[in-house]
Amino acid sequence: MGNCTSLQPLQFRRLALFLSLAFKAAVLIQQWYRRYVARLEMRRRCTWRIFQSIEYACEQDQIKLHNFFSYLMDHFTPSSSKERDFISRMFISGESFKEAELEKYCDYESMEVPDSYTGPRLSFPLLPDHATALLEAFKQKQQLHARYVLNLLHETRKHLKQLPNISHVSTCYSEEVTVCGDLHGQLDDLFFIFYKNGLPSPSKSYVFNGDFVDRGKQSLEILIILFTFLLIYPKEVHLNRGNHEDHMVNLRYGFAKEVMQKYKVHGKKILKMIQNVFCWLPLATLIDQKVLIIHGGISDTTDLDMLQKIQRNKVGWSFPSGSGRRCRSKSSGAASWWTASRSQRSPPIPILDILWSDPMPQEGCRVNTVRGGGCYFGPDVTDKILEKYNLQFLIRSHECKHEGYEFCHNRKVLTIFSASNYYEIGSNRGAYVKLGPDLVPHFVQYQASKTAHTLTMTQRISRVEESAFRALREKLFAHTSALISAFKAYDKDNTGKISLSSWAMAVESVLHLGLPWRMLRPQLVRSTVDGMLEYKSWLDDLAMEQRSQEHIQSSLLEVIYRNRSNLETIFRIIDRDHSGLISFEEFRQTWKLFSTHMNIELTDDGIDDLVRSIDFNKDGNIDFNEFLEAFRLVKQSQVCLQMQSREREGRYL
Amino acid sequence: MASRKDGAVAEIEKKIIEAFEVFDHECNKTVDVREIGSIVRSLGCFPTEAELHELLAKVEEEEPTGYINLEKFLPVMTKVLLDRSYQPIPEDVLLHAFEALDENKCGYITKEELIKYLTEEGEPFTEEEMEDMLSTALDPETNTVRYRDYISMMIVDET
Repeated sequence: MGNCTSLQPLQFRRLALFLSLAFKAAVLIQQWYRRYVARLEMRRRCTWRIFQSIEYACEQDQIKLHNFFSYLMDHFTPSSSKERDFISRMFISGESFKEAELEKYCDYESMEVPDSYTGPRLSFPLLPDHATALLEAFKQKQQLHARYVLNLLHETRKHLKQLPNISHVSTCYSEEVTVCGDLHGQLDDLFFIFYKNGLPSPSKSYVFNGDFVDRGKQSLEILIILFTFLLIYPKEVHLNRGNHEDHMVNLRYGFAKEVMQKYKVHGKKILKMIQNVFCWLPLATLIDQKVLIIHGGISDTTDLDMLQKIQRNKVGWSFPSGSGRRCRSKSSGAASWWTASRSQRSPPIPILDILWSDPMPQEGCRVNTVRGGGCYFGPDVTDKILEKYNLQFLIRSHECKHEGYEFCHNRKVLTIFSASNYYEIGSNRGAYVKLGPDLVPHFVQYQASKTAHTLTMTQRISRVEESAFRALREKLFAHTSALISAFKAYDKDNTGKISLSSWAMAVESVLHLGLPWRMLRPQLVRSTVDGMLEYKSWLDDLAMEQRSQEHIQSSLLEVIYRNRSNLETIFRIIDRDHSGLISFEEFRQTWKLFSTHMNIELTDDGIDDLVRSIDFNKDGNIDFNEFLEAFRLVKQSQVCLQMQSREREGRYL
Repeated sequence: MASRKDGAVAEIEKKIIEAFEVFDHECNKTVDVREIGSIVRSLGCFPTEAELHELLAKVEEEEPTGYINLEKFLPVMTKVLLDRSYQPIPEDVLLHAFEALDENKCGYITKEELIKYLTEEGEPFTEEEMEDMLSTALDPETNTVRYRDYISMMIVDET
């Protein structure tokens, strides 16, 4: 603006005025902008809370399902051999084959690979070239022939069998160990890790800390790659079992479905083998006797010596039963097949703790009611175990973290999570951690989606937020009847309106999600009259969003939505040959049993309506994938995943 | 006896507690002092940094621990909301502020000018804050901020 000393007094005054105005203007803009950013931050945290609480609520569903089975076991006396067969199928699906039977059933040697097959061909013992061929093939979206998949699984099983429950890694051999957390079928993240950090090799050790499968769409590819590297570099590659390396969990969370879709003919064999291989996965890894790596966490009774001795392969069903830590089997004069099934009900508590526990800020150790298995362990428990075994710190996974990793308990517990964009594109980063001989952790964070980088912070947050609220509105719809009762309790004069304060309290009392409802209200309740909400029309609006089938009773639809996840799991259990079809009769029986247990009032007409809306020309069979999709019961997350995989064409940066 | 006013106060308190708990990671009714700004702002207030410091002085412990207790925060924040302190900045006032920085009244501010004003004047932005604002506000073709458009876009986003 020129040299001040040469200014005329008038110009000087004008300059001073402008500068003071500029100052004030700047303050105003900064003030306004900082408020905008703070609101964004609040929205981001609320969105996170929504996803987490829904995710954990779903895990609770699994417990309800188990309670349903327990209820059946305890109260249901099959009145015909048909009914007995039907029930037994629900339980014996967890059985493990005897070794010889398994080999015979999952035989691959007689399988021929046609000349037209252009994918990788594996021969054993595997070599590094096979690994690179596989990586390249999967990048090109090719599929490995079933014969090689089964062969690989057989060899993997042979290898895992000779491993102890707790693997030992030393930083003497390879200077550096890289630890990765949950991958959940997100192959792009694994590609990124290998790209950034290098492939496993004699000078590059890796520990993969469980939850390789479920939710993401490329769980099988991840398993194939991990098992391949495991066999090529047995000294350098270590795998820990996670709570998702489990057949029942796989039925619910998508892995079983993925395998059956990709391998229509041999899928069942592949699943059976994988089920067995999962049982043989080690439970923990120790680095230099100083750092303990487990998937979930610990408890105040964790005993490494005992853990070392447990027969880990007997735990076919890693999933906890809902009836608490001490399972009492009630005898009801049942036949031997009842008691045989019962003994499979719950795995040993030490294993549950390792696979399912979560750290908490408060001291102590209490039952993990959210997950239904394992416990919440406090900093005092961590200290106790670290001291007992002369350890420096714990590494675990199991919980999604916004930055891909997080310390707690005074930096003595590290959570590492390697699936980026886990809830939605832009929701979180993934990370892996490297440890050298000094055992000082170095982190690398990433977000394996080109889209995430091109979005501004606002767009990223908005997008994740939209997704979270969609899921939340669906949950609200699924509890319509309970909500109406709760609202009416606040509307004694029957005006049809309640205050927003009452709304918040009512919603929490029904959903039990522990969410900050008053903060979320502007996104959920669009219109109010004098600060009061007309709740019936609000619920009607929610219903309109969800309704895809006009003629089905709204209450029935609500029931289906509320129990969607359980229904799907039950279908898959009944469908033993994984054909995707169950008979109409089976469907009716399932539905009847289920509704009796859940105290759902449903007329036979209601069921018939349901069935009539399904295309029924399959010899009295129901294709339940069609059923689920027809009612838009495909999880929103699956829709999002489809969007994600389309966007992942751009891969990583 | 619950009067209508008490009901309103109770509701305000519940709101404050909710916002506080979102940032209470240890679930022990304390938050990091650096998060207070976010909490206050997400409750609808537009304090300047100076005003925020004043508020902090009221809620901090005698010997600052780096943490703020809900016990101390709640009454102070309740009063803030009841008194409607730190009023929102209306759209037209914001517009005037941008116009004041637009010397030639051409409807836009260049990137360099905006950076200069916002990182050197007022309560200066950090590099991160500046970068972040530019990522949405800047028109990459002209390297300027067309502030009218920017404001309209941000206001829509808010509702």
